[in-house]
Amino acid sequence: MSRILPLVAFLVLASLFGFGIWWNTQHDQTAIASPLINKPAPSFDLPVLGDPSRSVSKASLLGKPYLLNVFASWCIECVHEHPLLMTEVKSLGVDLVGYNYKDDPAEASAWIEQHGNPFTMIIADRDGRKAIDFGVYAAPETFLVDARGVIRYKRIGPITQDVIDREIKPAIAALAMEKR
Amino acid sequence: MLRILLATVALLIATTVFAQAIEPLPFKNHAEEIRYQQLTAKLRCPMCQNETLADSNAPIARDLRHQIFDMMQAGKTDEEIKTFLVDRYSNFVLYDPPLERDTLLLWFGPAVILVIGAIVVVMQVRRRARAAAGATPGASIDIDTGDDW
Repeated sequence: MSRILPLVAFLVLASLFGFGIWWNTQHDQTAIASPLINKPAPSFDLPVLGDPSRSVSKASLLGKPYLLNVFASWCIECVHEHPLLMTEVKSLGVDLVGYNYKDDPAEASAWIEQHGNPFTMIIADRDGRKAIDFGVYAAPETFLVDARGVIRYKRIGPITQDVIDREIKPAIAALAMEKR
Repeated sequence: MLRILLATVALLIATTVFAQAIEPLPFKNHAEEIRYQQLTAKLRCPMCQNETLADSNAPIARDLRHQIFDMMQAGKTDEEIKTFLVDRYSNFVLYDPPLERDTLLLWFGPAVILVIGAIVVVMQVRRRARAAAGATPGASIDIDTGDDW
């Protein structure tokens, strides 16, 4: 028995490290699980991008679910997820609200002009202070907010087809189930 | 000559002092500044994994430092500021995580492993002592050579 003990110890350690590697490929190490899931979204009242005279508040969006996509013209990953927003996410059956994060309004508008506008509306948080209430720490991030204004899901990092199929679609389907 | 040397040394000291004041904030007094520095050094930047809010150059770290400064100006305690950040960014921001159900393994895991190791060692030592006592002196040497990993 004691002769095979080193082998057993080796196998235990190897499987532990193997599990660690597998776990890291499945999970984004930079993503911090948001404590805001299933909590009411923070109230906000932010100006519309390109039209600061108008503003959008949390209250005005109550009544139907929406996806809130945090983006910026300086954000490199946003360029990568944008084509999916233009096609797939737009057709998920919920409003897609753009949250322009710490951006110059002119640059943001030019960026939207260049890459297309998938958003129902775009609100601008120029100094990024309201984003702290949302627990935003990088772009892109995407929130699913339900009709009662509760955050139901958060994606940190770019949206991929896989994320849409495995996470966002089921989350939206769950909301539709509740309604009935 | 000495004067030039002294002036150079003074200049060098001055630059190291100013190098730390990356973003001069209008503190009311030195005690408040010390409190701010201690608090931001105890909090972790959500963006950059292994940097404190005090050290990090990430934009979010800057925003959070300003948030902390503003909250200090508003008379919030360190605990209130920490709670504010934990509510938004989870316990990740704390370098000293609180004792909770989720952190039990983190807090006591090493101690449990240590205890298991101690039990294994004690069991081994006892077994060998018993084997050595039961066998003839010559035979016990043979057993040991077979076990010398």
